[in-house]
Amino acid sequence: MLTQFFTYEFLQNTFYTGLLIGFIAPLLGTFVVVRRLSLIADALSHVTLGGIAFGLLMEKKYGLAFITPFYSGMVFSVIGSMFVERLRSVYKAYQELAIPIILSGGVGLSVIFISLADGFNTDLYSYLFGSVSAVSRNDLWSILTITVIVLVVLLLFYKELFMLSFDEEHAIVSGIHAKRIHFLFIVLTALVISASIRIVGVLLVSALMTLPVAASIRIAKGFKQTILFSVIFGELSVIIGLITGYYFEIPPGGTIVMTSIFILLATISLKKGWDHFTRRKAII
Amino acid sequence: MTKPLVSMENVSFAYDNKHALKDINLQIPTGAFLGLVGPNGGGKTTLIKLLLGLEKPQQGTIKIFDKNIKDFKQWNKIGFVSQKANSFNRGFPATVKEVVSTGLAAKVGYFHFFTKQHKQKIENAIEMVGMKDYINRNIGDLSGGQQQRIFIARSLVSDPSLLILDEPTVGIDTENVQKFYGLLHRLNEENNITLLLVSHDIGTMTNHANGIACLNKSLHFHGDTSAFSNLTEKELSKFYGHDLNVVTHQH
Ligand SMILES: Nc1ncnc2c1ncn2[C@@H]1O[C@H](COP(=O)(O)OP(=O)(O)O)[C@@H](O)[C@H]1O
Ligand SMILES: [Mg+2]
Repeated sequence: MLTQFFTYEFLQNTFYTGLLIGFIAPLLGTFVVVRRLSLIADALSHVTLGGIAFGLLMEKKYGLAFITPFYSGMVFSVIGSMFVERLRSVYKAYQELAIPIILSGGVGLSVIFISLADGFNTDLYSYLFGSVSAVSRNDLWSILTITVIVLVVLLLFYKELFMLSFDEEHAIVSGIHAKRIHFLFIVLTALVISASIRIVGVLLVSALMTLPVAASIRIAKGFKQTILFSVIFGELSVIIGLITGYYFEIPPGGTIVMTSIFILLATISLKKGWDHFTRRKAII
Repeated sequence: MTKPLVSMENVSFAYDNKHALKDINLQIPTGAFLGLVGPNGGGKTTLIKLLLGLEKPQQGTIKIFDKNIKDFKQWNKIGFVSQKANSFNRGFPATVKEVVSTGLAAKVGYFHFFTKQHKQKIENAIEMVGMKDYINRNIGDLSGGQQQRIFIARSLVSDPSLLILDEPTVGIDTENVQKFYGLLHRLNEENNITLLLVSHDIGTMTNHANGIACLNKSLHFHGDTSAFSNLTEKELSKFYGHDLNVVTHQH
């Protein structure tokens, strides 16, 4: 494994990218989960698929190499995120309506672009379920850039985001520009999704943003600790998932998500056992 | 007499076409403990929104610290505990300390992190409401009354001169309501914080506040509590628009 790792550049690209998304996806995912937006991540990943299909079509039909599927996916995702914010303010009382609208729009676009490109190919399969061999050095640099952007924005606006997530009314009374911060946040989400898709795939990207958080929330005290545990669980899932995926020649989306589900179940039962144990001690 | 901390002159406000407040004249003197009562939909929350600058009156002027609200900037001097404060997501993973620290966010701008003094303030505010032992607990694990205290601590952390509380005792049991008023008295008398307390529990309010105002679209009574207690039940019912059981407590 180690020798292969140093021999094949693609393995290095994949591994480093995995470490990056194992960090930013659960980090941003913590905000996504506490704001009850988990499903919006799913909607955006399907819009990204539409963008990827568009990129594949352009590549195939016109050989336009400068619109790689990675970038067209990212652009679609960001535009989709802006639509989500619009829709959420149009349907104030039915904010979740934005999800089926955006999700079906994304799938609709994908179907059209795919059929224009004369059907499926193996590339698309890897976009759906992730791949250990699909990340180019260029992709890695782009994803590193996205990671830096996400980190800087989160550091600058941590308090604002935390306040808006916990108590929107109080945040607004305190003079926080809710609209701008929401907007910034949803665009970041779109970026993280498009960054993660190469490895975990369209169908499972929202899992990497939410499952580690679901486990973390069971055991963490406070918000910062929730973020910390989420990131640890996310990295564990990615590392274990990538290695097993590589060995068994399974798309890593599957192995990464199953690892995080395993972590989630383990956390829930350990927590249950711990609570039981401490309660007994308290009675004695 | 010193200048009032808040004054509203001929203030009227409507949501779209629905009149919510009409010709309000209200002064809150510095150091007061003013109770604001009135029926549901009487406009109490709306009046608070105007005071917080969240809505702008179509008519009239509002002054805070003798400054027109349009030019008022020191919002950290006004603490606010919302009617909805207790309807937050109870599963939210935040400690008491994290919640209270958001009360300082207006002061600590972008780039800035909490300094030692800020941290001290956060701890002091938590101590003031008697919740020091719970500082690292998740807010969702506390009782309703304890959460209410935390939200008060959050509004205290920026050293407000005026604290506005919108129906803070809804959903809190009687014993804790008594403790809660004890806390308000301490804030008012020892920390010299002017209080504006919205409640529909007129009986308890007349026992604790030193001034009272009745709002039902327009202001029907505004004076000290003893004069208010002398209002007949008939007058009150007229103002509420329906019969009313006023439980008057004896001092
Ligand atoms: N955002 C709003 N849009 C339209 N009407 C509103 C809004 N908020 C309150 N109202 C109306 O204004 C009136 C006063 O409401 P409110 O200030 O909440 O009363 P209170 O707090 O005394 O119960 C009510 O008739 C209410 O229906
Ligand atoms: Mg109200």
